[in-house]
Amino acid sequence: MSAAEWGLAASVFAACAVEAVEALTIVLAVGSTRSWSSAMTGVGAALVALAALVAGLGPALTQLPIDVLRVFIGGLLLIFGLQWLRKAILRSAGVKALHDERAAYELETAAARAAGRRGASFDSYSFAISFKGVLLEGLEVAFIVLTFGANQHRLGLAAAAAVCAVLAVALAGVALRAPLASVPENTLKFAVGVMLSSFGMFWGAEGAGASWPGSDAALLAIIPAVLLVSIAMARALRRSMAVAAARDDSSAPGGTSPHDDGSAAVAGREAIGA
Amino acid sequence: MSAVRSALVAVWEFVAGDDWRTAVGVVIALGLTALVAAAGIAAWWVTPVAVVALLALSLRRELRGR
Repeated sequence: MSAAEWGLAASVFAACAVEAVEALTIVLAVGSTRSWSSAMTGVGAALVALAALVAGLGPALTQLPIDVLRVFIGGLLLIFGLQWLRKAILRSAGVKALHDERAAYELETAAARAAGRRGASFDSYSFAISFKGVLLEGLEVAFIVLTFGANQHRLGLAAAAAVCAVLAVALAGVALRAPLASVPENTLKFAVGVMLSSFGMFWGAEGAGASWPGSDAALLAIIPAVLLVSIAMARALRRSMAVAAARDDSSAPGGTSPHDDGSAAVAGREAIGA
Repeated sequence: MSAVRSALVAVWEFVAGDDWRTAVGVVIALGLTALVAAAGIAAWWVTPVAVVALLALSLRRELRGR
């Protein structure tokens, strides 16, 4: 496999693993509190819908002229990638709370218990929650599979990477019978954001008519560069949050301070020029 | 008609997420890249510069909103 194909497989695997962890939490919560069979039926129905989406749209996308395809796909990947990266940087800097699978599980379990008694055979609540959870978490992954796969004409490879990730997470969930709280979700999201943004930038610019120095080898410079810039932004943000927190502490008993609103975010704004 | 509208709104929300300005910025950046390339000037640098700026602006907006 080429470097670009390894990048494709790794990006799809990581993105799919993250979303699968979140979907697993929802399915475990409704399955263990209400009905495993109904929850699993919901999972199956959602997976069929996602597979149909990939199978239906994949071949249609590959019919587009290569430059149109690249600028379209590059743009979408860049939009998704920047969203993942922004949230990962904010979490890494402590501005946004880290996703807590255990808390999400407890919340979902309480909601499932409060939803009333289930029927004798088929529990529509378990089915609907599992279906919705897997479908919503899977849509973005299906899009990533489609865009990466269609652009490199390796839809099979992208789909295989996605299936491997789902299986790995599902097996871990079955073995532990608990939400995968110890998976470093934010690190994975950071990595996926870097990969999506890098590939999006590369394909988008190429589709728009730009020629990268070194052609495909430019990716070997783009990926580390995006990673370094993102880490630098997260560090700068974290440092100014700490400075702001220290200022808030020292000026707390009635003194005046430029950060009197008590928010650590204020100095964070300064770090990025806000 | 309302079903078509709902579908379009759902697609827009799915693509743009909670930061539509970044999505619009990406489209503008790629358009600018195409214009620079069409003028016969090296255009590969436009997107990376735009991406760094868009990410910084997006983080700034997020902090301002808090």
